[in-house]
Amino acid sequence: MIKTFLSLEWKAFSRSASFKLNLALKIILGIFAAFYLVMILALGVGVFYMLKEKNLEPLSTVNKYLVYWWLLDLVIRYFLQKSPIMYVKPFLTLPVKKGKIVSFFLGKTAVSFFNIYPAFFFLPFSIVLIANGYPVLQVLSWHVAILSLVFFNNYLNLLIDNLDRVFTVVLIVLVSFAVLQYYKWLDITIYSTPVFQAFYSSPLLGFAMLLLPLLLFRYCFSYFKNVLRTDEAVQPRLKDAQTENFTWLEKYGTLGTFLKNDIKLIIRNKRSKSTLLISVLFLFYGLLILTNKTYESETWRLFAGLFVTGGFLFTFGGFVPSWDSAYYPLMMSQNIRYKEYLTSKWWLIVIATCASIILASFYLFMGWKIYLAIIAAGIYNIGVNAHLVLLGGAYVKTPIDLAAGKKVFGDKKAFNLQTFLIALPKMLLPLLIFYIFYRTWNVTAGYLAVAVLGVLGLAFRNKMFRIIQNIYKKEKYATLAAYKQKN
Amino acid sequence: MISIENLKKIYNHVTVLNIPGLQIPTGQSFGLVGNNGAGKTTLFSLILDLIAPNSGSVSNNGIIVNQSEDWKRFTGAFIDESFLIGYLTPEEYFYFIGELRGLNKSDVNQFLQQFSDLFNGEILNKRKYIRDLSKGNQKKAGIVGALIGMPEVIILDEPFANLDPTTQYRLKGIIREFAAQKNTTFLISSHDLIHTTEVCSRIVVLNKGEITKDIQTNTETLKELEAFFSKGILEEV
Repeated sequence: MIKTFLSLEWKAFSRSASFKLNLALKIILGIFAAFYLVMILALGVGVFYMLKEKNLEPLSTVNKYLVYWWLLDLVIRYFLQKSPIMYVKPFLTLPVKKGKIVSFFLGKTAVSFFNIYPAFFFLPFSIVLIANGYPVLQVLSWHVAILSLVFFNNYLNLLIDNLDRVFTVVLIVLVSFAVLQYYKWLDITIYSTPVFQAFYSSPLLGFAMLLLPLLLFRYCFSYFKNVLRTDEAVQPRLKDAQTENFTWLEKYGTLGTFLKNDIKLIIRNKRSKSTLLISVLFLFYGLLILTNKTYESETWRLFAGLFVTGGFLFTFGGFVPSWDSAYYPLMMSQNIRYKEYLTSKWWLIVIATCASIILASFYLFMGWKIYLAIIAAGIYNIGVNAHLVLLGGAYVKTPIDLAAGKKVFGDKKAFNLQTFLIALPKMLLPLLIFYIFYRTWNVTAGYLAVAVLGVLGLAFRNKMFRIIQNIYKKEKYATLAAYKQKN
Repeated sequence: MISIENLKKIYNHVTVLNIPGLQIPTGQSFGLVGNNGAGKTTLFSLILDLIAPNSGSVSNNGIIVNQSEDWKRFTGAFIDESFLIGYLTPEEYFYFIGELRGLNKSDVNQFLQQFSDLFNGEILNKRKYIRDLSKGNQKKAGIVGALIGMPEVIILDEPFANLDPTTQYRLKGIIREFAAQKNTTFLISSHDLIHTTEVCSRIVVLNKGEITKDIQTNTETLKELEAFFSKGILEEV
């Protein structure tokens, strides 16, 4: 049975219309992953001796910081680890036991980069410990406990994705820890270090930790098995439709009609709603990077500015026209010109970027120079990147299942590595331009150059639109064919 | 007037559609019948420029469909559920299409009045998004959406499938009325020989991508079609 499932998975991957793009992205991702794995491996081998050299007891020092890693791991998982999509509906009427389907689904989540990478640190670290005379049994129990925590995170993340109440609880706990830690009211390491240390000192406790992921797995199993009926897992519950009129948009003609639709698209579908939320989070990205001493250069400020003002641009704009994938044939045969269609998407992106620039004014508290960087980056985003995302979108042929957010077995992540990788090249050019002007003249010249580039992009808008329009026309049939494949 | 010349569509070296020439004059109710895989939807998709022909061309009122977008102004279509916007209510969907065709809300409301029988009180003012409607009701919304703004050419793929018998009769009435009063050109495909012969003034039979029959509908048409499609089967029995 499992073999059948696996072969179906492989066919779904290799026969999908976006296979080529998927493969290219997977290869790039693979290179990234390999790079990080090597780094982690080196750290796993070397950390023991590094700490020893500083006269620190390696294991207890590692134990002290483990709690941060563990919590961070959960956060990263939430944003990056996709819950695997299973199309369960066809199986429900076939003679396949429900337990089989669910355990395959749960088992599939275990085979993930996020569960494998810890081994690259903990395995060599444990071996080094044993080689240096630490008792085998105790190291083993510590190792097993850590492994259990990894898989605990794996299944907790799955529940966070699917159960709003688990999400809320975990969020509250994490945020309160972060706040307490930030203001130094409470140092969680004081409480966590002895616990991690105990995994080593009392092997029984270490091995008992295995129960944690096992119990959670059992809970997940019974939860997903229970919802595995067509009316619950596969079909969403009905809610009363609200209707908004947005009559004020009507004076903008066809453009208004499209904008109205796009606003409804965003607020009525879970997938796009979470995209909006993520793009708001981008606003605060600057706080993360600009408060850090390592990033205290002007180039990093611009980098932060591009992210702060480009949240919506990258997360939503990067997937135009996929947002309309479910009804793309309608859009292609109705009385709509490509130009009007693209213009409305462009305006949506521009309005959101302008709003981001205004909302980001709280960065003024960190100095007007930082805000200047943000404004320059914002102008560049509007003038150049807004066109580039639309251009790139023509090649992103992954259909977006708007209803996916409502299904238990669907992927509801709005932000994924793909988004990031597609966005990356759009950041490099302005940074390069800035760097050249900054080095040759000064900071102001650098920002000015980036902003001027943005204005130039605006000036050539019609030309850019014509190019984009032609690409959309050329890609039209391929896009339509790709969107037709829903699974 | 739709005219098709040397139209060919090939998938993986298999010719799925090959029409040397076909003219559909303005105002005609044109019925397309054929078995599964005969190429009906392929033909409609080519007329709507949703797929590219391997050779030949389709022109809609003199406009070559894959060279200019101007045909979109006077053409309405409902092929499948990908012509519906799931997150809108039916009203919003009708207004959306209406606005694209230059009608305001009250125009659309007035236009919709004639469909109150067809809707049977299950579509309008139900506070439901289209994605939450039943398949049959979705289809009704889609068909009416294709009629909004009185396009000169209306293309409906399998309009009778999935509808209840009462609605099928009502729909036939609507199509006849539009064709008679408004000089609308209808292109309708169907598996249902009876419905097609009742509604259409001309019927073309597609078989494996080629036109095998082209009949002006008369009293004998239904028998002729039944004979064609049951050939070989009745003899065996």
